[in-house]
Amino acid sequence: MGELLQFFFLGLGRGAIYATLAIALVIIYRATGLLNFAQGQMAMFSTYIVWAFWSAGVPLWPAILLGMVASFVLGALVERLLIRPVGGTGENPLPVVIVTIGLFLALGALAPWIWGLEAKPFPLLFGSGSVTVLDASIDYQTLGLLVMLGVEVLALWLLFQRTKLGLAMRGVASNAESSALVGVPVGTMLMIGWGLSAAFGTLAGVSVANLGIDPNLMLGPLIYAFAAATLGGFDSPVGAVVGGLIVGVVTELLAHYVEPIGNDLKLLPAFVLILVVLLVRPQGLFGHLHARRV
Amino acid sequence: MSALLTVEGLTAGYGPVEVLRGIDLTVDDGEIVVVLGANGAGKTTTLRALSGMIPARGSVTLAGRSLLGRRPDQVVRLGVSHVPQGRGTITDLTVHENLLLGAYTRSDPEIDEDLERWYTVFPRLAERRDQTAGSMSGGEQQMLAIARALMSRPRLLLLDEPSLGLAPLVTEELFRSLVQINREQGTSVLVVEQNANLALDVGSRGYVLETGRIVVSGTSSELRADEAVRKAYLGY
Repeated sequence: MGELLQFFFLGLGRGAIYATLAIALVIIYRATGLLNFAQGQMAMFSTYIVWAFWSAGVPLWPAILLGMVASFVLGALVERLLIRPVGGTGENPLPVVIVTIGLFLALGALAPWIWGLEAKPFPLLFGSGSVTVLDASIDYQTLGLLVMLGVEVLALWLLFQRTKLGLAMRGVASNAESSALVGVPVGTMLMIGWGLSAAFGTLAGVSVANLGIDPNLMLGPLIYAFAAATLGGFDSPVGAVVGGLIVGVVTELLAHYVEPIGNDLKLLPAFVLILVVLLVRPQGLFGHLHARRV
Repeated sequence: MSALLTVEGLTAGYGPVEVLRGIDLTVDDGEIVVVLGANGAGKTTTLRALSGMIPARGSVTLAGRSLLGRRPDQVVRLGVSHVPQGRGTITDLTVHENLLLGAYTRSDPEIDEDLERWYTVFPRLAERRDQTAGSMSGGEQQMLAIARALMSRPRLLLLDEPSLGLAPLVTEELFRSLVQINREQGTSVLVVEQNANLALDVGSRGYVLETGRIVVSGTSSELRADEAVRKAYLGY
């Protein structure tokens, strides 16, 4: 029992990281109707920026905040300079998807060029202690991440459901042309969407950065985050969190209790999960099907 | 009456294909004006050029201010609301959110009042207030599109084929509402319509477009009396 709970807590810790990155994917999807394959690499890049501030002497959380602001600007620039020229919105997603894959490769090459290949040290966000619950221990990092996720979801819910900006962003994602025809500056909304997603992605990067920041930091988490967003529903921040935690716990338990999977095949269950969700419930647990009359 | 919208020598097209070849038309304050024409004559292109959805040349002024070279969201702020062909429903938002988004350019305290007004004019929308807009019938979506456009309090409403895909009774109801709105709010309307009979009933004047040029114009009764117009568009 204690062992099972221990792995459950471990899974929650991993899942919280996937959830943070999945939230960034959900923001892009809600704001632009697109999938961003470069989300993980953008988060990796943002984490280096945070590291640069932090290693220059800025305290941890102010450094993270500065990194989020810088990432917002970079994300908005990516939209303006790379995404918009090839289409920008979800009407013909193919060129944009290709550009995000290009961005994936470019950032992966740019980061070591700027910061080198050697892993950069980074602290745990919430300290290294832990609390004991029923013979198992759950560390401060996991608890802190869970609280942070709660705050993120609340902030996004308020933004998307309770503000004019959020309504305009949802409008643009659903029908950019009609939104423009009621006076919404579509380009500005898309830039804000990319900026927000990059800023929130920063939080995913710094959540795993204690293992050392290197250019491959987010390659694994991105796959799990896609599984999490697929499971939870791509248009739902709550879904991203629930999906992330489930993916984290399930993969961790499978890795420990199913011999042939182990650590080497951990990605396999994530992939199977994506397939099964797409077949059984394509909108995910909390997502919405798009009703459309023609 | 003075001209609200003045269009002179409007040319526009898609890439190298020129669709409009120099169009002149005016819409007066509080007037309903009809544009008739066969498929491909350039009716939709005219509206798209006016609202900044495609680049155009010539001169377009609304109450003295030039509209050309502006983005659609800027044209809205100058007082032109465009209901696109196919209704442009923002399918993933609820009916209420569609209307709220229609007031995006406004920050005055009368937005709630306007919401109630359009819910009164179109009671079906009030019934479906919290329903996803994409799940409504074609007629309901057309009402929503018009109400959404009116939420910006435009001086000029551009309507592209509002009757498309609607049952005749629904279309008649819709046009009755339009006339009521036009009378009560003083909103000018430029409407492109296949149902020429109905459109000329509500419009005071009309233009006939053929291959990107205006070939006939006049009051509704003049157009009804024109034999070529009658044969081609009125069907008797």
